[in-house]
Amino acid sequence: MKKLGNVLMASLLLLTVGCSKGSGKEAGKADTEKGEGVMTYAEYAAAETGSEVTIETYIQGSQSWWEGAARFYTQDAEGGYFIYGMPCTEEEYKKLTPGTKIKVHGYKAVWSGEVEIDEGAEWEILDGNYIAEPIDVTSLLGTDGLIDKQNMKVSFKGLTVEAANDAGDAFLYNWDGSGSEGDDLYFNVSKDGQVYSFTVESYLTGKDTDVYKAVKELKVGDKIDVEGFLYWYEGPQPHVTAVSASK
Amino acid sequence: MRKLISCLCVLLLALTVSGCHGSKGMHAFVIPEDFDETKKYEITFWAKNDTNKTQTQIYEKAIRDFEKLYPNITVNMRLYTDYGRIYNDVITNISTNTTPNVCITYPDHIATYITGQNIVVPLDELFADEQYGFGGSALKYDGPARDEVIPKFLDECIVSDQHYAIPYMRSTEALYINKTFVEKLGYEIPEILTWDLIFEIAQAATEKDADGTYVLNGQKVMLPFIYKSTDNMMIQMLKQRGAGYSQPDGTVEIFNDTTKEILHMVADNVRTDAFSTFKISGYPGNFFNAGQCIFAVDSTAGATWMGSDAPLMDIPAERVVPFETEVRMIPQYDPEHPQMISQGPSICIFNKADSQEVLASWLFAQYLLTNEVQTAYAETEGYIPVTSKAQQSNAYQEYLALSGSDQKEHYHVKIAASRLLLENIENTFVTPVFNGSTSLRDAAGQMIEDTAKSIRRKQTVDEAYIDKEFDNVTALYRLDQKADTGSLEEEDLGPLPATAKALLGVLVLTWIMILLYVGREQLKKRAQN
Repeated sequence: MKKLGNVLMASLLLLTVGCSKGSGKEAGKADTEKGEGVMTYAEYAAAETGSEVTIETYIQGSQSWWEGAARFYTQDAEGGYFIYGMPCTEEEYKKLTPGTKIKVHGYKAVWSGEVEIDEGAEWEILDGNYIAEPIDVTSLLGTDGLIDKQNMKVSFKGLTVEAANDAGDAFLYNWDGSGSEGDDLYFNVSKDGQVYSFTVESYLTGKDTDVYKAVKELKVGDKIDVEGFLYWYEGPQPHVTAVSASK
Repeated sequence: MRKLISCLCVLLLALTVSGCHGSKGMHAFVIPEDFDETKKYEITFWAKNDTNKTQTQIYEKAIRDFEKLYPNITVNMRLYTDYGRIYNDVITNISTNTTPNVCITYPDHIATYITGQNIVVPLDELFADEQYGFGGSALKYDGPARDEVIPKFLDECIVSDQHYAIPYMRSTEALYINKTFVEKLGYEIPEILTWDLIFEIAQAATEKDADGTYVLNGQKVMLPFIYKSTDNMMIQMLKQRGAGYSQPDGTVEIFNDTTKEILHMVADNVRTDAFSTFKISGYPGNFFNAGQCIFAVDSTAGATWMGSDAPLMDIPAERVVPFETEVRMIPQYDPEHPQMISQGPSICIFNKADSQEVLASWLFAQYLLTNEVQTAYAETEGYIPVTSKAQQSNAYQEYLALSGSDQKEHYHVKIAASRLLLENIENTFVTPVFNGSTSLRDAAGQMIEDTAKSIRRKQTVDEAYIDKEFDNVTALYRLDQKADTGSLEEEDLGPLPATAKALLGVLVLTWIMILLYVGREQLKKRAQN
């Protein structure tokens, strides 16, 4: 009888948790209304560097946890936010999975062109879940308009793999080939005669991930489609999360 | 009876495990009489490069050449680009007894590694060994004699009165100057710049047009003075002022009035946009090369990235602005007595159960001090070789003499940076090394970064702020805990605490009770039979 009681209690608890997760929210869509004191993406984009910002956003990806903090790629219905060095325990980090809605309060910073919320931001998990669909920004490559999509989940279609160095390698470990297995991968692609550099950021997608393995299999001349986060370092530096043969 | 045996097993296991914890560790390394060349040895080498392919290639060539000389030794290299990652991985691997054999390191890190017993090999006896020591008779290569290793650099590898490392490369910090801009502002560049002059010129460069464009460069961005490593900045400023930082016994002295003055100076210059840091804005070289910075302080080992004609560049060519680059020592408070930090990688050797394996590691480590490796690696950046033998070699002297003859191998800024250190070895210093000195270094930089950030966030930086900052970094980096100054093996830990004594007493009593019980059962059985 005791066992039955325990089972009933556990079931009740599970049901309660299940209900609270779905409370009045439509799963898979980003909320367009912001809470009190929370900025819209436009307000965030217009805020001065160094000013206090508060946003509600959804985690789309994260770099590996390191010394009590991690970097998160996040997005709401309007735009992308990169959160640098957000303090969290390793246990908390495990809960901050893609789709999780968070409220973040911190300071806006710009580092080598990358707009971000500076290290040490305060955060809390909110009710809600949203995984963004990548937006196709192929037509914006090489234009000033690309920066407006900074930090968003994006895709590029119909790219051609170009040699990454004089030796004709399709990719390099580190920007100049100085690295080894497990380090960042760099590869070049072209579109309409212009060459662009893309990166597999090893702290986002390490050597055991599909994308890391896929990029190592690339050959110069391959036609590919690419998905990733539009990170910025002295210019666009997409952090690639998926590579596939061009459709 | 089965229950009793189970209890005994569990107790035995518990005792075994607790016995292992804090055990004596590995035996101290003893130099074998001869190196056994009939047996194969595979050693791992954790190396660090500056994300520089040529450096990787030099390591690879050094390994190939060494393996030709010692065919029974195989060297497997793992590459890092960050000292912090090496440090963390070593700490992790100490606990699993899977440390590398040879490792690029900083003495500060060794101070932590040696808190475990016999983890890192002390090298003094190896240095002096007739066969395998510096200039040893049995070496298969022409390594340096002990007195050919620059004494100052070798001394930097002393931790707890013993050498636990050998220097590999040395660098310092340099002040990279946009001479074109300085002259445009009406100044001449003296041989040694003071902090006052730097900030005076930096302030002059912040003048803007009505539309917010900087007068000096005609751009919307200008960060006149950017410092890469703010920990070095604080350490060097304190040293130049003769103020406290730390003592060899681990006493922390950084929380003093001079530090407060420095933080106020940082605040004043961030407030007027005259000063910024790498952590706040980005790599100094990128702003420097784009004509958005006049003074950039960075390592001499980053010289190939500095200047509008630098061989390595991280910004698109269309953003590079042509200008003339000058290299000077970092700013000084007292130009008559200049002081600058000595930094750069050293090499340590981790202890292993097989002393022959350790000797193989030492042979490889010492090989990295041969002229060919030293000069080749030093020439990749503004490093200098750590041996007088390599510094005075014809090949290296010829390399220095060809400064400016091309924009790659003999890039004038890189060679000027190397010369800066070569001419100032006696003016360099290092900070005391103890278990916790890495944290103190981090705290030194953190105070400058926090102060600069607070100003950018329009917060008040006053005496109360700085007092609170002192408290914050003390807590964050645990600076209120007295540091260990050496290996556990040397410490007298004093008498056991009363609780430990009581626990041991209970354990002994338990064993006596168990043995009595077992004995009584045996006697009973015998009586029954």
